[in-house]
This record gives sequence, structure tokens and C-alpha cells, in this order.
Amino acid sequence: MRLRSFVAAAAVTALGLSLAACGGSDSGDSSGGGSGGDQTLTYWASNQGTSLDNDKEVLTPVLQKFTADTGIKVNLEVIGWNDLQTRIQTATTSGQGPDVLNIGNTWAASLQATGAFLPFDNDAMTAIGGKDKFVPTALATGGKEGEDPTSVPLYGLAYGLYYNKAMFAAAGLQPPKTWEEMVTAAQKLTDPAKKTWGMALAAGSYTENVHFAFINGAQNGADWFDKDGKPTFTSDGNVQGVLRYLDLMQKDKVANPSNAQYDNGTKSVNDFATKKVAMVINQNNADSSIVANGMKAGEYGVVPFPAPQGSPNQTASHVAGINLSVFKNTKHKDAALKFVKYMTDATTQTTLGKPFSSLPVLKDAKPVFTTDAAEAATFQDVYNTKSKPLPLVPAEDQFESTVGKAMNGLFAKIATGGKVSADDVKAALQTAQDQVAAGS
Amino acid sequence: MAVVTDEAPAATATKPSRRGLDRRPGLSRKLPYLLLAPAVVLELLIHIVPMLVGIWMSFVKLTKFFIANWSAAPWAGFNNYRVAVDFHNAVGEGLLKSFGVTVAFSLITLAISWILGMAAAVALQPPFKGRSAVRTLFLVPYALPAYAGILTWNFMLQRDTGAVNHILVENLGLTSDRPFWLIGGNALASLITVAVWKLWPFAFLTLMAGLQSIPRDVYEAAAVDGAGSIRQWRNITLPALRPVNLVLVLVLFLWTFSDFNTPYVLFGNAQPPAGDLITFHIYNASFLTWNFGSGAAMSVLLLIFLMIVTGAYLIVTGRRSRRA
Repeated sequence: MRLRSFVAAAAVTALGLSLAACGGSDSGDSSGGGSGGDQTLTYWASNQGTSLDNDKEVLTPVLQKFTADTGIKVNLEVIGWNDLQTRIQTATTSGQGPDVLNIGNTWAASLQATGAFLPFDNDAMTAIGGKDKFVPTALATGGKEGEDPTSVPLYGLAYGLYYNKAMFAAAGLQPPKTWEEMVTAAQKLTDPAKKTWGMALAAGSYTENVHFAFINGAQNGADWFDKDGKPTFTSDGNVQGVLRYLDLMQKDKVANPSNAQYDNGTKSVNDFATKKVAMVINQNNADSSIVANGMKAGEYGVVPFPAPQGSPNQTASHVAGINLSVFKNTKHKDAALKFVKYMTDATTQTTLGKPFSSLPVLKDAKPVFTTDAAEAATFQDVYNTKSKPLPLVPAEDQFESTVGKAMNGLFAKIATGGKVSADDVKAALQTAQDQVAAGS
Repeated sequence: MAVVTDEAPAATATKPSRRGLDRRPGLSRKLPYLLLAPAVVLELLIHIVPMLVGIWMSFVKLTKFFIANWSAAPWAGFNNYRVAVDFHNAVGEGLLKSFGVTVAFSLITLAISWILGMAAAVALQPPFKGRSAVRTLFLVPYALPAYAGILTWNFMLQRDTGAVNHILVENLGLTSDRPFWLIGGNALASLITVAVWKLWPFAFLTLMAGLQSIPRDVYEAAAVDGAGSIRQWRNITLPALRPVNLVLVLVLFLWTFSDFNTPYVLFGNAQPPAGDLITFHIYNASFLTWNFGSGAAMSVLLLIFLMIVTGAYLIVTGRRSRRA
């Protein structure tokens, strides 16, 4: 037993390697012949629908159509978000991965750095239908700037500010256009005695937190990395941007301190859908959860997440979404590219847009995830013109975990009665930056 | 009587077989090793190889740039170790803080678990009606899957919806402001509570088994001589349980020090600094930032620390045993 404890402690990391040996899926098939006659691709899909089974139900007919068209079979595995990154890590380590897989698009540059993914060079890009078919900001998430991307966009997502129409009307408020209007409205709609709050924040979720650190920083015209990929976390714009977001709970007091324990976006969306809060900032795939919780489509409206008045930059979202990648060591490169082309063509995008609540990543395509035309137009506009990719640098994953977790800590301090000043924010971001520097 | 009848047939039975082996002296010498071989091979595969790989990893620069071809990762020498123990730097500082939290967590959890286990084992020693039912009940946390149990604690300790605050605020009216249990200053106390809940039944089980081996007449003799129950416990129970306690304390320490499940399930993503136990810290350092070399170096440091503590413990307690 003692030895086991030792080894468990010693080999936390070695575990990744030994797991890799078991984690590999048999992407191999029979011949791998060039004609594409009896090839089988392995495809790892991320969880987009209401459950893993729901994803399978949605994707199966789509994949069957691909097989009917091309004769290429697709072996589907749907993977939950909690497991996806680890599965990709083990697949990368062992070389035993699927042929094609979904990645969170913010990981693209970090995954590209591993060298395990197929670059979409001119030939590959032509094979999947050319880069001109994609929305440019969406395609920009594919990898490091100036290099051939190793992923292409599949499902687009963007942040919007959801508001409760009835609550706004009762208080005589208009949907906010600036940060100041948003705060004023939220304060008017906050009444802790009645347990109603102006806003809900996923303040314990490091991924959500880092998105808002990025967006608020961008609205101040600040970047998180310089041209050489070195972190610049502690610049004034970033510090002030983070503080502005924290102040929703600290100074403005429009969010319940309990939100510091909300470790994923679902909880804040549920508060909005059950009418405990008047506003929530979420990506457009919140629609399905809101409706599932009993709020009807006409009862809420969406406007872009506002910037402060006179802000140099109107960034309202990062370019969120899911990308498609191909493992470099695939034995079925041509078939894999055919599959990528099929998944990103207009028909498939329309078929999947509704069940997965995604925005189209193709130019000129219309969103189909909602019947509310105004909402669809708002999100489409944010995605196409008011969004900016998260830093396209290899250390992006470290940026997400260190800055996100620093913000979790700052929110926790506020929620438990502490004060957070600009200096505290700067110190926390300095620690995050040092961690990134030491780790790269 | 029984001893004699048991041994006699065994002795006669071994004679012919020993003669049979003597005819093939080569096999008789090799046989023990052959029989041990499968266990040795499995031990190598399951324990030693991953450990060696872990040690190797701690000396290379195994970041995301190299994991796709990890056997070719460049040599880093002691650099990963240097970063881990440079306490002026963010990584080293984080490791040191996490180490401090873990030491406090382990010692307190160990102490409370042992005291609870001992108290329950002694209390349930005299026979009474329903004793076995109570014993079984005490073992429930030990039998429950860790994940389910800890997740239930997570629900109970939520600020707005949790049962703990419901009882404290609504039922007992102890405080009007609902405390946070999973973030901020209370997080370590919550972590210790859950860990003790999970761990003490093991101490109870082990000590109960140890108590069964002490002959009742020793207590009776002590009682006749006028020793009260506390005196009996100090002068009979504790010395008799010494071998059990030596192992129990060591095992509890190693388990708590390398506990990963409890903080991982209890805190999820909203993990507070007070719950940053060292194994969890190493996991984050390795998997969230893809720096496996650095994570491996931290793991090896942890291994060395635990070996030193265990060695020192065994030497000190062994010396005392000999003196006694």
C-alpha cells in the first residue's frame, strides 16, 4: 500500500503516458487504399447538444449521408468537455488519436504548437473548399498568425447580453448600449431583500472569467501578449478591464456574491431563465437552456455586451466556437479532408446549426438557431464584426488557466467580504504572468 | 493438542516431494524465482516503469512543444527542479504555499480521524444490543464511492442552496449572513471535514480489529486491582495497540498527504487557495499548462519528501520499540 501511495504521488504525470497506451482508439481499418472504397475514419465530436446521446442522435444521420455520398465510413465518438482536453493530450502523446476531431477554438494555437496536427496549407485548404468560404474572423482562430492553420471553424459562438423584457419594461428601462447604462439598469433591477439581482455572473468559472478579462481588456485597447508572444498581463488596460468586471459584484453590487461559486455558465443562465436575475452575459447556445427552463423565446432580448462610453474599441465577444482538426499521422488524409469539407459545407452547417445552437462559420450563411430574427441578427453581427480571437499564441492555454484562476480568487475575496483594489488585480495578474513565463 | 495433529501430516507430506526435487537440483533452486517471476514482472510494469518514466520526465523539457514526440524532448538537467524550489518565483512560491496547506491538512485530518476512530472503537468494544448495526453504520463512508460521497458534501456546503447553511441559518438561527464554505477562509475547514468523514472509518476498523486481539482477562485483572477505564486505556489498550498504531498513523499520513479526489471533487473549478493540496497543484501544473516536465519534478520532490518522512518515522518508532 505504501509503495502504491508513493507511485501514485510520483507518477501523476507519468499516468498520462500510461493512459495513452489504453486511450488510443483503433483508427486503423483494413486497407487504407487510395480509392476510398472501404475506408473508415474515426471522428471525435465534442458535446454540443443537450447530452452525449443527443449528439449521437443528431450526428448519426449526417454521417450516414456522408458515407452514402463517398463510401467512407465514420466511426463516431462524442466526448464531454471535461474529458476532451485530456483525451487530446493523451492522443497527442501516444500518436494514437482519431483521424478528425473537434477542438475548442481557443486551444488552436496551443495545439498547433505540439506539431501533431495537419496544417491546412494551400492544397489542403483547396481540398476542403477554399478559405474564402469562411467568415474571416472565424478562420483566424485556426492557429498562429502567419502560419498555416491546423484547424478550421465548424460551429460559431459569440457572447451577447441577454435581458428580461418584462423586467426592463416594468422598470421603464431601455436595453443598454453602454457599460454605464448596463450598470445603471442592473442597479435598478437589484433588490437583495427580494433575492433579485441585476445580473448573474459565472464568477467561479475560470474559462468564463478569462473570456471577460479578455473582452474588457480589449475594450480598453489592451493586448494580453506582445508581438513576440510574451505576456503583457499587467498593462493598465488589462488591470482596469478586469477591475471593471469584478466591480459588478464589488462596487456596483449588482450580482449575488454567491455567484463566486458558480463554476460553470449553466448556473448563471438558469438564474436568468428562472427570472431571478434580469440580465446574463452568455454565448448564443444558452438559448436551448433558457427555453428548457421555461422562458419563452419572446420574453428575452439580446444586445451586444456593451463597452464603456467613449471606449476606443467595441469588442463585444471573443470569437468563440468549435474547430475541426485532422491528426497529422492519419492514414486517411484524403478521406479526412473530404470529411472536413463535408462538415463545413453550407448544407451540413444548416442541418447542425439548429440542434447545436451555433452560428454559421460561412460567409453569407443565415443563422438558424433561433426563430427570433432580431436575436439572430445581433449575434451574427457580434460574431462577424465585433469579435476578436483570443490570443493566437502557443501560451494561450496558460493564459486561460492562470488569468482565469486568478479572477476566481479575486471574486472569492470580494464575495467573502474582502476588498480588491487595482493594485490587488495587478499583483494577481503579475503572478499569473510569472507562471506563464516560468512554464514556457 | 491441535498443534501436534496439524503438523504431523504436513511433515510427512513434504518428505516425498522434497526427495523428488532433490533429483533435479537445478529446478529446486530456480523454482522459487520462477514462482515469483510473474509478480516481479507485474510489479515492474505497474509500479516501477511509470515511476522511472516520471523521474526521466522530470529531467526533460516536456512542454506542449514536445509532447507529440516526447521521447525526443530536450534535456533540461535540473532546471525543472530549480524552478520548483525557487521560492521567489511564481511557480516555486505556489508550490511552497500548496505544501504548507497540505502539511496542515494532513496533520489535522490525521489527528481527528485517529481520535474519532479510537473513541468509536473503544466505545463499541463492550457487547450491547445492536452493536453490529452501529459498527456497520460507521463504515458506510468508507464503503461509499468517494466521488458520490464528496459530491454530496459539495451540494450540502453550497452557500445558498446547501443543507449546512439551511440548518445553521433557517433552523438554528445562528447567523443571519450565510457563510461560504467552499471558498475563502472556511475552505480548509470544509476540506478537512470531508476528508475526516471519508477517512476515520478506516482508523475505526483497524483499531477495532486491534482491540479484539487484547485478551479480556487483562482488563478484568486491572479492574480488580482498581484501575479505572482511562487508566486501563492508557496502560493496557494503548501499549497493546502500538504495532497497529504505528502502521495506521503512517498509512493515514501518506493517504492524506497524497489525497487528490477530495479537493478535485469538492471544489471543482472554483478551487480556493486554501484547498490547493499538493497533488492537485501538481495536476494543475502538468495538465492545465501542459508542462509535464515541471509537474514530474514536483512529483519527484514530493516522493523524496514522503520517503524521508517515512524513513525517519520508521527509524524513530523502531528505536523506541527496541527500547521498550
